[in-house]
Amino acid sequence: MDFATVLQILDSTVRLATPLLLACLAGLFSERAGIFDIGLEGKMLASAFFSAAVAAVTGSVWLGLGAGIAASLVMAAIHGAASISFRGNQLISGVAINFLAAGLTVVIAQTWFSQGGRTPSLIGAARFEPITLPLAETLQPVPILGPIYHELISGHTLPVYLAFALVPVSWWVLYHTRFGLRLRAVGESPEALDTAGVSVVATRYAAVAICGVLCGIAGAYLATALQAGFVKDMTAGRGFIALAALIFAKWRPWQALGATLLFGFLQAIALRYQNIDLGGVVVPVQVMDALPYVLTVVILAGFVGRAIPPRAGGEPYVKER
Amino acid sequence: MRDAMPKWADLVLIPLVSLVLAFGLSALVILAIGEDPVAAVRMMVSGALGSTYAWGYTLYYATNFIFTGLAVAVAFQARLFNIGGEGQAMLGGLGVALICLSLPWPHWALALPAAALGAALFGAAWAAVPAWLQATRGSHIVITTIMFNFIAAAVLNYLLVNVMRPIGSMDPATAKFPSGTHLPSLHDLLAPFGIAFSRAAPANITFLIAIAACVLVWLIVWRTRLGYEIRAYGQSEPAAIYAGIRPVRIVMAAMLISGALAGLMAVNNVMGEAERLVLNAVEGAGFIGIAVALMGRSHPFGVFLAALLFGFLYQGGAELALWTDIPRELIVVIQALVILFTGALDNMVRMPLERLFLALRRGRA
Repeated sequence: MDFATVLQILDSTVRLATPLLLACLAGLFSERAGIFDIGLEGKMLASAFFSAAVAAVTGSVWLGLGAGIAASLVMAAIHGAASISFRGNQLISGVAINFLAAGLTVVIAQTWFSQGGRTPSLIGAARFEPITLPLAETLQPVPILGPIYHELISGHTLPVYLAFALVPVSWWVLYHTRFGLRLRAVGESPEALDTAGVSVVATRYAAVAICGVLCGIAGAYLATALQAGFVKDMTAGRGFIALAALIFAKWRPWQALGATLLFGFLQAIALRYQNIDLGGVVVPVQVMDALPYVLTVVILAGFVGRAIPPRAGGEPYVKER
Repeated sequence: MRDAMPKWADLVLIPLVSLVLAFGLSALVILAIGEDPVAAVRMMVSGALGSTYAWGYTLYYATNFIFTGLAVAVAFQARLFNIGGEGQAMLGGLGVALICLSLPWPHWALALPAAALGAALFGAAWAAVPAWLQATRGSHIVITTIMFNFIAAAVLNYLLVNVMRPIGSMDPATAKFPSGTHLPSLHDLLAPFGIAFSRAAPANITFLIAIAACVLVWLIVWRTRLGYEIRAYGQSEPAAIYAGIRPVRIVMAAMLISGALAGLMAVNNVMGEAERLVLNAVEGAGFIGIAVALMGRSHPFGVFLAALLFGFLYQGGAELALWTDIPRELIVVIQALVILFTGALDNMVRMPLERLFLALRRGRA
């Protein structure tokens, strides 16, 4: 395997890890506040459709992004109402949201565009264009570092850079701001926060809303940057891989970056090679598909560094108890 | 504290109100996409119930949903949420295929119990690992069963593409099962009684097995010591432990029964209908089981009724997609709304009804 191939695989890793990273950070905010969210997939899917649909009609990717975030926020609001206000089962609510998105996107896509549940292909300003970073062309002849800068670091779309920038931002918000402290507290011990006079309900709604915005960006990236338009079920389990990455990262932002890059790398390998020959032993492509899930089960089993979720996760908060 | 509502309201009224809400919203969706909800309902009724052919499809789908619904319901009794019905049913299909293809079965009456056993064993085995991890390591069963759904898909994909595909075939599917494994359809079963039933519909003898499974689950959960322990554990884990019930045993037992029931679905769709194992044979029936169990209040009779309803919706939805511009995915929307209202937004329906009943009682007193 030569240097150029390695670069190509890493480049594709970055592109495939981006939606996982955004969704993983989304889940991080929600679950750290004690709201389990297995509806990441549905929120991304809703955003993917509405961003592609609006971008296709208006020709503006920015309006598309806005529509995607709005759609994802509506889903987040349903999840919030069910799990915070009505103290329902958060897991069941997440399941419902996944199906709601899977069904509604195709029904609406068929009604609006009549293309078998797709949107028209996006062209020009309806997509996020790759950004060439300064001096990328000039530095390309520099050995090793030049191609790395030109191929791997430069030439991605805006949401990619945004996703990577959101890792330190999330870390800072969670660990170095008052809001972050409250958000983490509400996921561990909501009664303590309540005693301190901070609204449990408001803090949790804020976390769910952040989750909605980030899933919205992830979905819009899928439909308007990674691909050019919406197709049925285009999230293809990414919401669940993000969930797996979140557990793998033990609900921490920097580790989330590592986990999503690892899972993105597995996807990049599976995309490029059908079967991998490791000196006589052929690894079938399905192993790559299954590996994120197997690794997550192993981590969950606690054989390799135990993953302990936020203590109040999944529990509706009842004040009078 | 006295219950705010009589029992019938809890068991019948709340699911009905939730259902009305879900259907009301679905009607709005149909209106929003420019179709007529009344005409849609009429077409669904004639398409799903209007002929024995239609009934044959409705009952075929209902059979799938009875098994996956029972699977979710049994786990719910122990307060475990098994989202893995999809993967367990996939593995059940593998069990059925291995048994049907391994011997030259002379008659279906021999092949059926063997295949059912294989389906149940494979389904239970796929539920065993998440169950064991939940019971002994505290790994959240919801997450592990989701992961096992994806792992099952990868395993099936590998086996069908690389191992079980007949030589020369391009399809990722097994060979056709031998004719000795052909299950009698409802047409074959009803003909001796002089009842004419459509020959083309896929409903088969598995429907009767599904009814038997409902009775069996009722017996196990409400008439055996194990069932009592499962329900006690589901009501209150500390109380169950205090009463000497071992959590590991209960979690394992409930999940193994649940997995076996989900696996049994394969007798219907793999052996009874396709007569070979194809990719994505389950087609989401494992997830519909969640809606069925919630709607049926985790009781076998409720599951039976809810499965019939979803069988009707599924077949009616297919007819709608065939004859109108309403896509089949509308059923997924209805399914989502049923899960949302009967599961997650239960309190939204319950709180006003409880207040109403309290007010009525006060008015009477």
